[in-house]
Amino acid sequence: MIDTPAIVTRDLAKRYGALQALAGLNMTIPRGAIFGFLGPNGAGKTTSVKLLLGLARPTSGSAEILGQPIGERASRRRVGYLPELFRYQPWLTAREVLLLHCELAGVDRAAWSREIEDALAVVGLQDRGSSRVGTFSKGMQQRLGLGVALLGDPELVLLDEPTSALDPVGRHDVREIIRGLRDRGVTVFLNSHLLSEVEQVCDRVAVVDRGKVIAEGTLDELLRSDTVRMRVSGLPRGAKDQLAPFGAIDEDGDWLVVRGVDADRVPDLVAHVVGLGGRVHAVEPRHETLEDRFLRLLSGD
Amino acid sequence: MLVLLIARLTVLELLRRRLFLVLIGLTLIVVALTSWGIAQVTTVGGRPMTRVEQVTVVSQLLILVGFMFSFTLSFSAVFAGAPSLSGDLESGTALAILARPISRAEFVIGKWLGVIATILIYALPTTALQLFLVDRIVQYVPPHPFEFVGFMVIEGIVVLTLALALSTRLAGMVGGVVALILWGVAWIGGIVGGVGLVLNNATATHIGTATRLILPTDGMWRGAVWALEPATIIAAIRASGPAAAGNPFFASEPPDALYLAWTAAWIVAFLGLAIWSFQQREI
Repeated sequence: MIDTPAIVTRDLAKRYGALQALAGLNMTIPRGAIFGFLGPNGAGKTTSVKLLLGLARPTSGSAEILGQPIGERASRRRVGYLPELFRYQPWLTAREVLLLHCELAGVDRAAWSREIEDALAVVGLQDRGSSRVGTFSKGMQQRLGLGVALLGDPELVLLDEPTSALDPVGRHDVREIIRGLRDRGVTVFLNSHLLSEVEQVCDRVAVVDRGKVIAEGTLDELLRSDTVRMRVSGLPRGAKDQLAPFGAIDEDGDWLVVRGVDADRVPDLVAHVVGLGGRVHAVEPRHETLEDRFLRLLSGD
Repeated sequence: MLVLLIARLTVLELLRRRLFLVLIGLTLIVVALTSWGIAQVTTVGGRPMTRVEQVTVVSQLLILVGFMFSFTLSFSAVFAGAPSLSGDLESGTALAILARPISRAEFVIGKWLGVIATILIYALPTTALQLFLVDRIVQYVPPHPFEFVGFMVIEGIVVLTLALALSTRLAGMVGGVVALILWGVAWIGGIVGGVGLVLNNATATHIGTATRLILPTDGMWRGAVWALEPATIIAAIRASGPAAAGNPFFASEPPDALYLAWTAAWIVAFLGLAIWSFQQREI
């Protein structure tokens, strides 16, 4: 069973009336991955999570989580979830909320007390365990929600915008918690539009827009540079056109920007420029940030 | 048992929210006032009442108090039931729970049982106290006290099940208003049916029968009334002719076994409808 991927989706689609919230999602997330699911607001991220958890039903397609078809009770047995809309019973104390979820998750009774205290400590609420949730700030409620998601030794944790209500310290804590989960081999599905957050913790990323995955891979693959910048002087007028076979050419002041050039062909490119009479002062691969890549993907470039 | 876990959670929610405490407090005040009032019913026209007169007056007063109980019980059931699912969906508390290995049916049945348990926690001690105080003050016990409580609780369960089914689709306020209006329509329908009998008007009688079948709350209320009536009063009113049938505070007979079976089937069907509707619901 452990050989099955944490999440597999096949043409998973969801339509709400006229709105195509998700248009054929295909992805495979291996066990132990920290998977970042990126996309602008309304791209279909939360819809995907709800489909995976059986909270909404797909219009078409299928999916499995932890080897079980979505929608079935067994598929949710070893799954932790922090909803984007995190609200817990205001009339319960934090400890009572965690206890409720221990029971719901089928955690062994003997382990309840340890699980609850561990969860409170991990999310930094150990001093507020006996306070009613109704007295909590939004940030504290989100921390509690994270604690709820960590209960019962889950194999897969789905976090939907887990730092939306947190301050920088809280965001740092969440990254540490996610790294801790990685060390324990837990698969994490992180929904976020905070690119730096994803860049710092995720090892695989999918970018979703208008209900479709538009790019997927490891961060290295996704940010692999195929653009070179060269500072060149003395290049005769019109010579630039002869560089077209290497890639798309742009000028940026003194700099020539060549897109879509294979890394192995950069020496040839430099030789060619020199052969045309150009003097090459600098050559640098252009490192893309996730943000650049993300914006370029969304603009359809 | 996840059903019982949700039921426990529901009871805890209702007990920790102020509504329940307010309800118990107000009911205890009403119980105290009616008991005091009944203690004053000792004379008529300046002379001491006979025992028959006293029983007649006290039993009728108890029916009015019983209506207060039935009214608050039904309203509380609606106020607890109408937002029970929709409120959790709107606030988002349902998301974390339903993402656990629990079925929608378990969630709905758990909520239903939780509200019923709360109704019992409210109704049993308060009505027992009321009947006990009346017995201590005027040594009068209505002929069928257990049936009285039973019919009233079933009435509460009927309207709760309706409110819960509405709660799967409608916001708490909307579902609550719809359930209360239907409860009121059923009550009026019962009166219309009675008037039909008095006037020998088949249409009105059919309207009464239809409302009794569509929503069996008034049918249960009539059962509660019957349970509070001494046999002498039933005999006397029957002897006075069919006119009493139009009186919503009178019933000459308890609901028959067939009607009780219908009511049970109605509850099961609407609970099933609530479960089905909630299962179809996207969250």
